[in-house]
Amino acid sequence: MLRLHPGRLAGALILALLTASAPALAGKTLDAIKAKGQIACGVSTGVIGFSAADSQGQWKGLDVDVCKAIAAAVLGDPNKVRWVPLSSQQRFTAIQSGEVDILSRNTTWSLTRDAALGLHFAGVSYYDGQGFLIPKKLKVTSAKQLKNAEVCVQSGTTTEKNLADYARAQGIKLKPVVFDKFEASIKAFFSGRCQAYTTDASALAFIRSKEAPVPDDYLVLPEIISKEPLGPAVRRGDDEWFAIVKWTLNALIEAEELGITQARVDSLKAAPDPAVQRFLGVGEDLGKSLGLDREWAARAVKAVGNYGEIFNRNVGADSPLKLPRGLNAQWNKGGILYAQPLR
Amino acid sequence: MRLAHLRRTLFGDALNTTLSLLILAAAVLALPPLLDWAVLKARFAPDVVACEALEHAGACWGVVAEKARFILLGRYPADEAWRPLLAAGLITGSWLAAAYGGLRGRALPLALLLAPLLALPLLAGGFAGLGSVPTELWGGLPLTLLLTGAGMAGALPIGIAVAYGRRSSLPLLRGLLTAYVELARGIPLVAALFIASFLLPLFFPQGVAVDMLWRVLIAIVLFAAAYLSEIIRGGLQAFPAGQIDAASALGFSPWQTQRWIVLPQVLRNVAPSLANSAIALFKDTSLVTIVSLYELTGALGLALSGDAQWRPFYLEAWLFIAAIYWLGCALLARISRRFGQA
Repeated sequence: MLRLHPGRLAGALILALLTASAPALAGKTLDAIKAKGQIACGVSTGVIGFSAADSQGQWKGLDVDVCKAIAAAVLGDPNKVRWVPLSSQQRFTAIQSGEVDILSRNTTWSLTRDAALGLHFAGVSYYDGQGFLIPKKLKVTSAKQLKNAEVCVQSGTTTEKNLADYARAQGIKLKPVVFDKFEASIKAFFSGRCQAYTTDASALAFIRSKEAPVPDDYLVLPEIISKEPLGPAVRRGDDEWFAIVKWTLNALIEAEELGITQARVDSLKAAPDPAVQRFLGVGEDLGKSLGLDREWAARAVKAVGNYGEIFNRNVGADSPLKLPRGLNAQWNKGGILYAQPLR
Repeated sequence: MRLAHLRRTLFGDALNTTLSLLILAAAVLALPPLLDWAVLKARFAPDVVACEALEHAGACWGVVAEKARFILLGRYPADEAWRPLLAAGLITGSWLAAAYGGLRGRALPLALLLAPLLALPLLAGGFAGLGSVPTELWGGLPLTLLLTGAGMAGALPIGIAVAYGRRSSLPLLRGLLTAYVELARGIPLVAALFIASFLLPLFFPQGVAVDMLWRVLIAIVLFAAAYLSEIIRGGLQAFPAGQIDAASALGFSPWQTQRWIVLPQVLRNVAPSLANSAIALFKDTSLVTIVSLYELTGALGLALSGDAQWRPFYLEAWLFIAAIYWLGCALLARISRRFGQA
């Protein structure tokens, strides 16, 4: 008679898989990436404008372009990226376990996430904030009037926590109605399950105009109840890789400030401005101290454009979202975008 | 005859007549708007401008046409699309053959077992000129079918073994197997998947990544095996002892008795319950999206949730995959009916 012990079988299988899989990574993330010829980039399962796959399966969005820029800077090719779509619950395990090299997945930078989850946030690629969408028939003009309202919200996000904080701070009772999936939460809101819907402001205007049965019946409340600085994160324990991600992001922002666009990268190499020359690797070699070559920043901008171009293409004027630059304008243009100088 | 029967059951007495009329009225009220939405006013071409002009007064089936490859095959490389298609075809083919074709007797379980085993290398590649495709890119319908097919194929032998083991006279073996079954049945599948995907990697050294698909498949197999073993154990317990005595009187060894007399009858008797489990597993595979495997529902999410133009037509795409699930479940139910008769 068969006497197969399933527990032992599972143990043996796991052992077999363990021994069969690749040996542990040798040394630094950068070396491993160069050896593999690919950066593993954790993205979302579909957030309009930030990371989403189109009908052909090509990934597009602001978060996606950050990864592409890093791939261009490090490997010389923006397409050498392995895209790993991650749910909001799974994203942190994926970066901690080394499944992805970089998490570029509209993730809010906060103390606990930075300190307790073993992450390093490399900077801010988009300053967002949380707002409310309500039906006009509710006759409410401010979030403070949302007393005892049921609010549809997505789980596993900072959004859920902010809502509770806001309700407590304002002394109003808000009842969160939590959904696992984004689609489920907005469908529930528009079918009348909740009196209000809350998520990052970057998404609200679009949800109102595209998903509402009648957009004019809905209103985005003026309050922004939280700070949501979104940015790429890497695993702790590899300062060199952290520096590369941080400075590539800085380079994209600095490029806009310096007026270096995707189209003009090559022609600007002859420009007299020393800052531009340094950026493009004509003068001083900035790449060396990062472990890269001198044209890393030029390649990044040539691949995806500067921050302004990335913004306009994915979430700004040239995109369906049509978001204003707002906080995400350069520091000298009324925003708070301020790249640490590349010199 | 038939008409008379219908009239008797539908309009036999006052209560039946009222109920029939009510249902008829509901159908008359609901059908025209449904037909209007789904067919008459619907757009079938993948033309987003035309679809938006409808303002949801009619269905936009174009979303299915536009996103078909992504929904059905997930992120599998586009120029290799024939491989997941063939893999899905193999498994569906084995189901169809089992449900309607000439497959009977021993060939039937064998075909159901072999199809997912053939689909695996076809999807994975890395031999005979087929490019190797990492499992994280597998998705859509082939993944749903594979998880169901391979899950059942792996769980059934283990389930049979556990069922016999729990009837063994060795207390230690019996105790261990009982503990396993109770543990597996005591946690939800979601928890099993979470353990397989989140907890296990943290125990591995950094950089060592055991493929997610295998981890999930093992979790599904062990989970389903616990349920199947109980179904089979029930079948074994209900088996008339007289037949076993008769077999031994005829000179059958205990092994031969089980192999040729007990097990074939038991499996046939519990076929409806096995099909129940298969159908449940088929639908439960949708849970693997939470661990970033993008089977049908997951691929649908990937295809639509980030697409500004097409996301408003989620409902139509959902109905499309709902139809696929319904067909799959109907097929599995039919297989069990035939297996039970075989």
